[in-house]
Amino acid sequence: MAKYLLLKHYRGAPAPQNDVPMDRWTPDELTAHIQYMDDFADRLRDTGEFVDSRGLTPQGTFVRSDGVGRPPVTDGPFLETKDLIAGWMIIDVETYERALDLAAELSEAPGAGGKPIREWLELRPLLAERAPTTTE
Amino acid sequence: MNESLLRELVPAVIGVLVRRGADFAAAEDAVQEALIRALGAWPDDPPRDPKGWLVAAAWRKFLDATRAETSRRGRELAVDREPPPGPATTADDSLWLYFLCAHPSLPPGSAVALTLRAVGGLTTRQIAAAHLVPEATMAQRISRAKRQLAGLPLDRPGDPATVLRVLYLVFNEGYGGDVDLAAEALRLTRQLAAVTDDPEVAGLLALMLLHHARRASRTGAAGRLVPLAEQDRSRWDTGLIAEGVGILQGALARDRLGEYQAQAAIAALHADAPSTGETDWVQIVEWYDELLKINDSPVVRLNRAVAVGEADGPQAGLAALSTVDPGLPRHTAVHAYLLERAGDLGRAADLYAEAAHAAASAAERDHLTREAARVRVRINEL
Repeated sequence: MAKYLLLKHYRGAPAPQNDVPMDRWTPDELTAHIQYMDDFADRLRDTGEFVDSRGLTPQGTFVRSDGVGRPPVTDGPFLETKDLIAGWMIIDVETYERALDLAAELSEAPGAGGKPIREWLELRPLLAERAPTTTE
Repeated sequence: MNESLLRELVPAVIGVLVRRGADFAAAEDAVQEALIRALGAWPDDPPRDPKGWLVAAAWRKFLDATRAETSRRGRELAVDREPPPGPATTADDSLWLYFLCAHPSLPPGSAVALTLRAVGGLTTRQIAAAHLVPEATMAQRISRAKRQLAGLPLDRPGDPATVLRVLYLVFNEGYGGDVDLAAEALRLTRQLAAVTDDPEVAGLLALMLLHHARRASRTGAAGRLVPLAEQDRSRWDTGLIAEGVGILQGALARDRLGEYQAQAAIAALHADAPSTGETDWVQIVEWYDELLKINDSPVVRLNRAVAVGEADGPQAGLAALSTVDPGLPRHTAVHAYLLERAGDLGRAADLYAEAAHAAASAAERDHLTREAARVRVRINEL
């Protein structure tokens, strides 16, 4: 089996089909959306494919060292320009095709007007924890 | 308490419960619960008869679960309340379980998990930790697999090839972590070889022993991958090599060649050589040709190209590589290696770097990045 990271973007991904900001949705549409996301994760728990899922706040800061003994240098937030991750889910599946199908299912979550958002999710394979035993 | 002794009892205890009328899924659950109890209780209070203790504990768990289920559904118990003695044929129990857990209707990941639990006697938590997934996820994967098996006829023996594929998968999941899956695969294959009479089972066991013998030399500091050519061969386990070679010779003498025997033969030729330079590459190429006759796969062709490069020179290796699908994992790495040997250092460095980007594990990525750096140093020194 192989693990994949599904990345959801606040910014930086191509525009979704149903491109209405969440704060313009009706309360019922929001509830339906959250329910869909919860149900999706529960289905993956049932199938034994769920690994982890977390959301991120949009407040990000760039940090770098300015030399040992000196306070770190911070910069940002870089509004409007930076690629911004909204959250992730890690899945553990048998095939790449299965990972694609699950990403598509997540992208189908309902948004404004009860219609699917069809947002773009970024699918990234995780590096395996260990190299295979037999290669030569 | 010896945990591995406890784990070895698990298949036999499942067998006892099934002979008493429990269905496999319920029996396996009950034994898992009894196993977890034993892991907690035995260190302080070791039983005189470990198997009897496990059978009694598992049977109680099974009756409790069945009663709960019965009262939920308002049905009668379908099993005898008083356990009949039943014959104790441990070998058959474990053999039947191997086939069931590796049933071709199961996806490979589920077959691996179920085999580790029901045949290997690992806890769900250990299996989950070894695969870096939450325990609840692994528990679901296992119960789904058991639901998929419900209703299948269990009396017919399956195809040994499916069992061997699952054990090979477990072995290839590699070393490291709390539970050593490679060692576990080796243990389960050894156990299988003891109760079957199949040269391919022996072939897989030999293959695992010969690879296992080299494990200490395969990784350097901080998990760094050490390729075969650079391994310190004095650290190879000569006892395991001798055992593997002996088992392989016994299998080959039966004249029913299969892919695991052929792979083991290649591993044995490596194990026999004092260095890569003194390796019998011509014979290794011949074994790859045998392997291609059995299973003409792109991976075999790729590995054969490496051997051809050693036997007949890098140009011959590159010619062999040109017939292999370039989309294959490790193709770029092999290409880089052969180009370096052929003296095309610039392209070799670029391809090592490209291969690092496509690597499937961090250890391989780091190794290939280091190879690119090493070749670039060679270029600068020219």
